Amino acid sequence: MSNPNDEIIRLEGICKNFPGVQALKNVDFCLRKGEIHALVGENGAGKSTLIKVMTGVERFDEGKITYDGKEIVIRSPQHAQNIGISTVYQEVNLCSNISVAENLLLGREPRKLGCIDWKAMNKRAKAIMQDLDVDIDVTQPLGSFSTAIQQIAAIARALEISSPKVLILDEPTSSLDAHESNLIFKVMRKLCSAGVGIIFITHFIKQVYEISDRITVLRNGKLVATHETASLPTIQLISEMIGHSLAEYDEMKKSEFVVNHKKALLEAKELGRKGMVEPFDLELHAGEVVGLAGLLGSGRTEVVKVLFGIDEPDNGCLIVDDQLIKKHSPFEMIMHGVALCPEDRKASGIVGDLTIRENIILAIQARLGWFKFLSKQKQYEIANKYIKMLNIATPSSDQLVKNLSGGNQQKVILARWLATDPKMLLLDEPTRGIDVGTKAEIQKLVINLATEGMGCVFISSELEEVMRTSHRVVVMREHEKVTEFAGEVSEREIMQAMAGGE
Amino acid sequence: MKNNISPFTKFRQSRIFWPLVALLLIFIFDGIYAPGFFKLGILDGHLYGNLIDVINNGAPLVLVAIGMTMVIATGGVDLSVGAVIAISAAMGAVLINPAFGNELISNDILTQNVSRTPLGLIVLANLAAGTACGLWNGFLVSRAKIQPMVATLILMVAGRGIAQLITNGQIMTIYYTPYFFFGNGYILGLPVAVYIVLAVLGLAWLLVRKTSIGLFVESVGINAESTYYSGISEKNVKLLAYTFCGFCSAIAGLILSSYVHSADANNIGLNYELDGILSVVIGGTLMAGGRFSLLASVIGALVIRTFTITMYTVGIPANALLAAKAVLVLIVILLYSEQAHKIINAVFERKGRSKDAKN
Ligand SMILES: Nc1ncnc2c1ncn2[C@@H]1O[C@H](COP(=O)(O)OP(=O)(O)OP(=O)(O)O)[C@@H](O)[C@H]1O
Ligand SMILES: [Mg+2]
Repeated sequence: MSNPNDEIIRLEGICKNFPGVQALKNVDFCLRKGEIHALVGENGAGKSTLIKVMTGVERFDEGKITYDGKEIVIRSPQHAQNIGISTVYQEVNLCSNISVAENLLLGREPRKLGCIDWKAMNKRAKAIMQDLDVDIDVTQPLGSFSTAIQQIAAIARALEISSPKVLILDEPTSSLDAHESNLIFKVMRKLCSAGVGIIFITHFIKQVYEISDRITVLRNGKLVATHETASLPTIQLISEMIGHSLAEYDEMKKSEFVVNHKKALLEAKELGRKGMVEPFDLELHAGEVVGLAGLLGSGRTEVVKVLFGIDEPDNGCLIVDDQLIKKHSPFEMIMHGVALCPEDRKASGIVGDLTIRENIILAIQARLGWFKFLSKQKQYEIANKYIKMLNIATPSSDQLVKNLSGGNQQKVILARWLATDPKMLLLDEPTRGIDVGTKAEIQKLVINLATEGMGCVFISSELEEVMRTSHRVVVMREHEKVTEFAGEVSEREIMQAMAGGE
Repeated sequence: MKNNISPFTKFRQSRIFWPLVALLLIFIFDGIYAPGFFKLGILDGHLYGNLIDVINNGAPLVLVAIGMTMVIATGGVDLSVGAVIAISAAMGAVLINPAFGNELISNDILTQNVSRTPLGLIVLANLAAGTACGLWNGFLVSRAKIQPMVATLILMVAGRGIAQLITNGQIMTIYYTPYFFFGNGYILGLPVAVYIVLAVLGLAWLLVRKTSIGLFVESVGINAESTYYSGISEKNVKLLAYTFCGFCSAIAGLILSSYVHSADANNIGLNYELDGILSVVIGGTLMAGGRFSLLASVIGALVIRTFTITMYTVGIPANALLAAKAVLVLIVILLYSEQAHKIINAVFERKGRSKDAKN
């Protein structure tokens, strides 16, 4: 356990206003040497903003920061880095098409006679990664490794640039499965035993307990409390985060579903695309939730992309509502009542510089075409309805989407698709980066939509979640559909199918 | 945080604020160094003076700026507007004068005040030629997936050649007086070109604000992938933008050739692509695409025009004009940088706060 006087950084009375939003109200926070400090709270609670204040990305309005015993002003991210505060943001900011070694040492390549000494560079990079107990071929492009390795490479680069005293990780595990998260944890433990203070943001309560020494809870921009992890019961933590207890979490029950073999809403026969996904059969009935399970990179995303016409299939056929799909495109699929909530919300989900309202009506408007433009009044009506329904934290529907917190952006995309009133909903990691309370709400929403007759495909890296919501679980492995489970099935069975072999 | 933003703050944050400030600065400069600049007079029942010149002379540039705004908003750029102007002008001139084929044309045929083709048809041919050029650009960008700069560079280079082919390589002077109406005519004391600009601006405004096209254009410019995922045909949106830009340039070509009474394939509409892009940039639309304001671009075009005329008025020689323009560009770019905005906003906010404190 660390000594309470070993404070590296202390923030006192921090206030931060954005137009229309007070993101931080009088927040205190302190980080000790060698501890892992979890920062938790609902979407929009102000976690990322607190981080940005600490790293000089945003100026705070009031308050003071003490670093290493002296009061300082952090002027810019560059400055923060120089004094030993390193950050890994949620979106990995490295280049996936160049090698791991280049990514790690970009700008500081070892040189010999003015030229880059590749041999020394690769050796150095290998050593850096081995320091973190990861043994990989550093000459391979970063993109060829799993997200976990990429995430670790991002951490390694942060460590390389400066030898930090404070390391900040903003939702590093949100898109990782349990095994991969463990890789990150190993790295974290190793660093903190070397005296680095780590701030860890996550929405996974389990991980908070697994790794952190202390927990700070924020709610609506205010500090709720800081606790020693060991002495804080889960129930209390959750109720501190969301302001009430999470009773509905357990009440949730999926509706009984009886397959009506006569009428499939969507039927894929031998559908596939070379290099993306091997031909597969899939049926989706009204009122049914089909879970897609599989490891990262097993081809789950590719399945829904081919179904939605993002990537045209080159094999097999797709029948929606008794009609054979001839032209595969998102527009065509929307016209057939299909909706896809994509996995990568930043790249293929939100349109950052448009307002929440415009983002929500985008897909409806696509269906209506160029000349049936929804009136402003109608747009506000739709937007406000979904802002209320999904509890999107924002002062108004005229806020730019890029100013929303990560989880709230995710909700806006969900709203966009719910607004089209689809008959089939394909959800690719819809709960990524979403807080516990809302996660339960979204799961409930999916179950309710199915009860009302919608067919849903549900992808998630959390097996628990897939099992809770789905009537049927399809397992993918290495871009191939390997099996399908209906009815009662144990987590073990699915895991085995996912891993294959043994 | 208060929600009742003062009207001034609202205006300051609107997109036309900075272009208007730029225009104002130039006017102030004129007020000091060229006092005659603002003089308006009435001659033959028409208003005349430098200000009228700005809008009459500036009409083609305003039109180009309107079209260019749409293209830039999708994240592209159209370098061919100058060439399209030349093609449109050539089309008009050649339909008036019989320069087709190899028939021997004597001087007195050429200088007659008659037209081979009805005026309505000429206008249509002008517009059709320009629109076809725009369609071509749009096709290259949206279907052939060529980068906008490269795709439109093709027509920028080839366009003037095409215009020369149309006019058989001659500089064609136009003697047909009804054709001069677009560039030199007046209605109710104001130049005809002003009405044309207003009509096109109205049409563009209807397109972008009363249909979903404006939303789609911005969406494509901000994040094309998300837009595609939402079921919007990013290709058709781009095709439309380039076609519209071609259409606007064609009208600009019509006015310009009418104004100078000739179609010179090599020189008409020279540098309009640069001035057009600059107008849009002054209007605050990012070259990366996204949010745009037609009105701001129009003001941007007027800024450039006023600047040019001011430079002439104070006696800067034509060959130094480019250098002066470069200075303007530099100032604009500096003013629009994030850093400058932060400083300026901070100044305003501090003022606002001290005002609040006093109240
Ligand atoms: N640039 C900005 N302009 C306006 N509001 C902003 C801006 N950045 C953040 N906010 C607002 O500040 C609040 C806190 O946001 P923040 O990103 O810190 O939340 P968070 O706790 O990280 O949430 P999440 O778990 O969803 O990532 C939100 O209501 C958000 O809308
Ligand atoms: Mg966040």
